[in-house]
Amino acid sequence: MPLVEFRNVVYEIAGRTILSGVSLSVEAGETLVLLGRSGSGKSTALKLTNGMLFPTSGQVLVGGRSTRDWDPIKLKRGIGYVIQDVGLFPHFTVARNVGLVPRLEGWNDPDVERRVDQLLEIVGMPAADYRARYPRQLSGGQRQRIGVARALAADPALLLFDEPFGALDPVTRLELQQQFQIWQKDFKKTSIFVTHDIREALRLGTHIALLVNGRVEVSTQAAGFSSSASPEARAFLACL
Amino acid sequence: MRSDLANDILQLTREHLVLVGIAMLLAILIGVPVGILLTRHPSARQWTLGLASVMQTVPSLALFGFLIPIPFIGGIGPRTVIVSLVLYALLPILRNTFVGVTSVDPAVCESAIAMGMTDGQLLRQVQLPLAARTILAGIRVATVTTIGTATIAAAIGGGGLGVFIFRGVASVDTTQILAGAIPSAVLALLADWGLGWVERKLSPV
Repeated sequence: MPLVEFRNVVYEIAGRTILSGVSLSVEAGETLVLLGRSGSGKSTALKLTNGMLFPTSGQVLVGGRSTRDWDPIKLKRGIGYVIQDVGLFPHFTVARNVGLVPRLEGWNDPDVERRVDQLLEIVGMPAADYRARYPRQLSGGQRQRIGVARALAADPALLLFDEPFGALDPVTRLELQQQFQIWQKDFKKTSIFVTHDIREALRLGTHIALLVNGRVEVSTQAAGFSSSASPEARAFLACL
Repeated sequence: MRSDLANDILQLTREHLVLVGIAMLLAILIGVPVGILLTRHPSARQWTLGLASVMQTVPSLALFGFLIPIPFIGGIGPRTVIVSLVLYALLPILRNTFVGVTSVDPAVCESAIAMGMTDGQLLRQVQLPLAARTILAGIRVATVTTIGTATIAAAIGGGGLGVFIFRGVASVDTTQILAGAIPSAVLALLADWGLGWVERKLSPV
């Protein structure tokens, strides 16, 4: 059973069709990259996955159950989410940001603290140095690492990434992409990763779905993408 | 004679502070929760803020006039004064609460929701702390204006420093006018400075 499945999903808002009949499935352990231009509907697809939005028609299944049937809070807490502007809470320290979901889930303090230290270690930011800092005292790359640590905190089976490295300089971006590959290998999480960067898609994805105006134009194993005949795929490949 | 005046000043300043204190407390207790409610029900925003703005445009003496005949909240004395001071103080508090909460970075709110915060958690842990400065700025503006407006209370027997001013105006006695005006100005400055200090201390980031 796929961990995430889109069945003919249509999403409309204010008379505009954002997704028109998207079907996708993500098996456990895969990294599906949703590739597409701005406005192609990729971020919307992510928000449909964790129940921030619901389909106008069709179904999004997570763990075999429609997102409409999930307890909305439980669904979100069980899915890690990393966005481009990170959305770290500016008034929380690094430790409090990272420990947020475990704390919401009612873990006791020592467990949360232990988990936070462990996660900071994983993302390469020694707890002793960074625990007590505020997000504004970090560089963009460091904030993004904290964003990843926060998403991993409650050990979710599924992670969603919405152009997480889009705003970083190319060198930092590459570092984080390499880091991401290591995390993927170590934790074997399932991820859906939104990007408009073809290099990033090829580097990180096990599968790639190319979205064009709210439709899946190409859906393939990452290795097969470069042989796709679709004009949009060719346009992306021309960026390489 | 001198010490009589000093005693009067102390007494009336105390009355003034009580009027302003009660009015501000009520205005905060109404304005902040209503401001928060507006952020949850944006459709009510237009007319609520509109109503509060209209209240501010009514001249204070006229408002007293309207309130006096109304049972329970009206009549001669401090009660009417407090009601009208509350009505005046509401707008800045309401508006700043609304603006403060709604202008929290949408990316931050979105990630709070995506983390699985309930609406109450989003409000208490994220929006209110980040809006605290703006809300307090509204309270500060409201307090300073209320201290000034409260001098009109004396017109309907509400007491306070306005007693000196009205007495001074009636008897063309500058000393009396100043005895009311100076302490009231000092109170306003102190409130402005004190609340400004708290505001800076509350800086969330």
